[in-house]
Amino acid sequence: MSEQLIVPTMAELIAEGKTPDILFWVGSAGSYDDRAKKITKAFVKILNKAKVNFAVLGTEESATGDLAKRAGNEFLFQMQAVMNIEVLNAYNVKRIVTCDPHSFNCIKNEYPGLGGTYEVLHHTQFIKELITTNKLKINESSFKDKRITFHDPCYLGRANSEYNAPRDVLKTLNATLLEMKRNKATALCCGAGGAQMFKEPEKGDKDINELRTEDALETKPDIIATGCPYCMTMMSDGVKVKEKENEIKVMDVAELIASSQNL
Amino acid sequence: MNYLPNILFAIILIAGIGYFARNVKKLFRNIKLGKDKDINDNKSQRWKNMAMIALGQSKMVKRPVSGFFHIIVYVGFVIINIEVLEIIIDGLFGTHRIGLSILPESLYGFLIGTFEVLAALVFIAVIIFWIRRNVIKLKRFMSSEMSGWPKNDGNIILYFEMVLMTLFLVMNATDTSFQALDSGNIISQYIAPLFSGLSENSLHLVERSSWWLHIVGILIFLNYLYYSKHLHILLAFPNTYYGKLTPKGQFPNNDAVTKEVKLMMDPDADPYAVPAEDEADVPPAKFGASDVQDLSWLNLLNAYSCTECGRCTSECPANLTGKKLSPRKIMMDTRDRLEEVGKNIDANNGVFVDDGKQLLNDYITTEELWACTSCNACVEACPISIDPLNIIMEMRNYLVMEQSAAPMELNNMMTNIENNGAPWPYNQMDRLNWKDE
Ligand code: SF4
Ligand code: SF4
Repeated sequence: MSEQLIVPTMAELIAEGKTPDILFWVGSAGSYDDRAKKITKAFVKILNKAKVNFAVLGTEESATGDLAKRAGNEFLFQMQAVMNIEVLNAYNVKRIVTCDPHSFNCIKNEYPGLGGTYEVLHHTQFIKELITTNKLKINESSFKDKRITFHDPCYLGRANSEYNAPRDVLKTLNATLLEMKRNKATALCCGAGGAQMFKEPEKGDKDINELRTEDALETKPDIIATGCPYCMTMMSDGVKVKEKENEIKVMDVAELIASSQNL
Repeated sequence: MNYLPNILFAIILIAGIGYFARNVKKLFRNIKLGKDKDINDNKSQRWKNMAMIALGQSKMVKRPVSGFFHIIVYVGFVIINIEVLEIIIDGLFGTHRIGLSILPESLYGFLIGTFEVLAALVFIAVIIFWIRRNVIKLKRFMSSEMSGWPKNDGNIILYFEMVLMTLFLVMNATDTSFQALDSGNIISQYIAPLFSGLSENSLHLVERSSWWLHIVGILIFLNYLYYSKHLHILLAFPNTYYGKLTPKGQFPNNDAVTKEVKLMMDPDADPYAVPAEDEADVPPAKFGASDVQDLSWLNLLNAYSCTECGRCTSECPANLTGKKLSPRKIMMDTRDRLEEVGKNIDANNGVFVDDGKQLLNDYITTEELWACTSCNACVEACPISIDPLNIIMEMRNYLVMEQSAAPMELNNMMTNIENNGAPWPYNQMDRLNWKDE
């Protein structure tokens, strides 16, 4: 690691009498899952590089409740939501960014009805904003001429109609962007959604992530890009099942940007 | 003068429309068995959606081949039915082609000519649809839920349309005075020679028979709708009007749950408080859905509107990988069960008598429900804004909140969230550890 990451918590900033411009919602996967933590760190490097005045909740953050809701436990969801909203409102949070489309969708769409209204951004939207406002300059990229295909996370794409931000960010890499046959509104799920990530799949003739990986492999990519920690797990496993892990990397958009700029 | 045909016609017309009205009433009653759901917002957006999606078929053309032919059948069907107006007036008043005495001959010819061309196009399109279902055997028409009645239903509709279009053209072809006009017989002039060997009388007989069969056929078809997926030709309109406007990922929050959660989180609330007088009688709300009455009226309207086209299922990741889940089947099961409940009510003087069955398990299994990834592909694919995912989620709510019947791994995951605020058994105090790792 080149430099120490600067990750102030809300509590620290407030104690110093400062207010951050944006809250980075790390999410459970981004906090605990080994692969997803790398995405979290890559994104923080970008935030640090662009000198964004942000904070995290740290130990005051708790699961959004999204998983509980999709699993059918509305009760647990609302308990989590109300708890989180209390914390967020106490800190007077206005703007939130997260690398997890599930948290993004849940906080953006389902928290307002319970008293928590914020402007919520997916990290690809925020990175795009940093680039267009010149806060983040993309120099010569190490991914020039690499073949990259983007897998749309359901909860970013179909669920919230955001198809462009991740693609616009990827375009700055000067790579060859390839679309899978099922893309954007008709993209195939990676198989993790609806709490499937946490259980064995039902009986069938194939795992969903395998089918989606086949979609990706058809484009003959060097890199499969995505924007969701759960898609990351699913696609990485899929690539392993196809024994392609030595040729094809699965990377988050934030990781691609960070590593192209040697962050 | 002989009024017998007029009277006969009036009786058939009244019977046909009367029976249809009865079915429509039943349809309304059944849909209203669902729970209340207030949809009063954004009227202008809703009208726009209806105009675009139902009237404008904007989602049909996402699949260009079926979309194109569907538009032909749809436009043809709607426009040709203008002719029914003339048939009804002729039938009731004993006139013949009343249009000719009202409209200028050239306009009448233009109208009938248009109908004829459309009828021929509809005929061709319907044949292509039939081939797709029965010869090419497109995969989405071959799933397990499409055997038996649904398969026959699909074909019966096509036969109906073939016969109706044929009758319309034959009726024109054998109408000697109309052929003599030589205006508007664009297609039928080529059919007329087929009948050239017939005497004047027989020709007239064929013409009259076609005329009667045509109108009777239309009335039968009208009454067939209620029993068929073809109901979508009417219900697609309200269904697209009431379709979801919020982002697809936004699942509704359950208000009854909100009340309880607020109570639990409120430090001032007295947990031992006796419920207020008026609240005591109200049975505790049932969370989620195990039967059709627990679903919203919109879910039930969705079920009646479903065309069984299978576009949803053909995009469903679970179904594509061989799981039992099929969003189309979710809709068909909901409708079948609703019909069963409706018949039960009819048979028991207007009240539902417990039949020991429900939507859950007897129709939709938990295996199907747990296979869903909540990816919204089905919702996106549906050409008439049906939301199968909402029914799946309602039923999951029931399974988890009323029966604690989630798969074990999910229960573990939820216990973790409850205890440590994360789906894994990690300590909440370690949530920021990644920073220094
Ligand atoms: S939301 Fe569920 S039922 Fe609908 S397509 Fe996705 S997995 Fe299938
Ligand atoms: S729900 Fe929609 S897409 Fe699915 S079969 Fe019915 S009409 Fe077709």
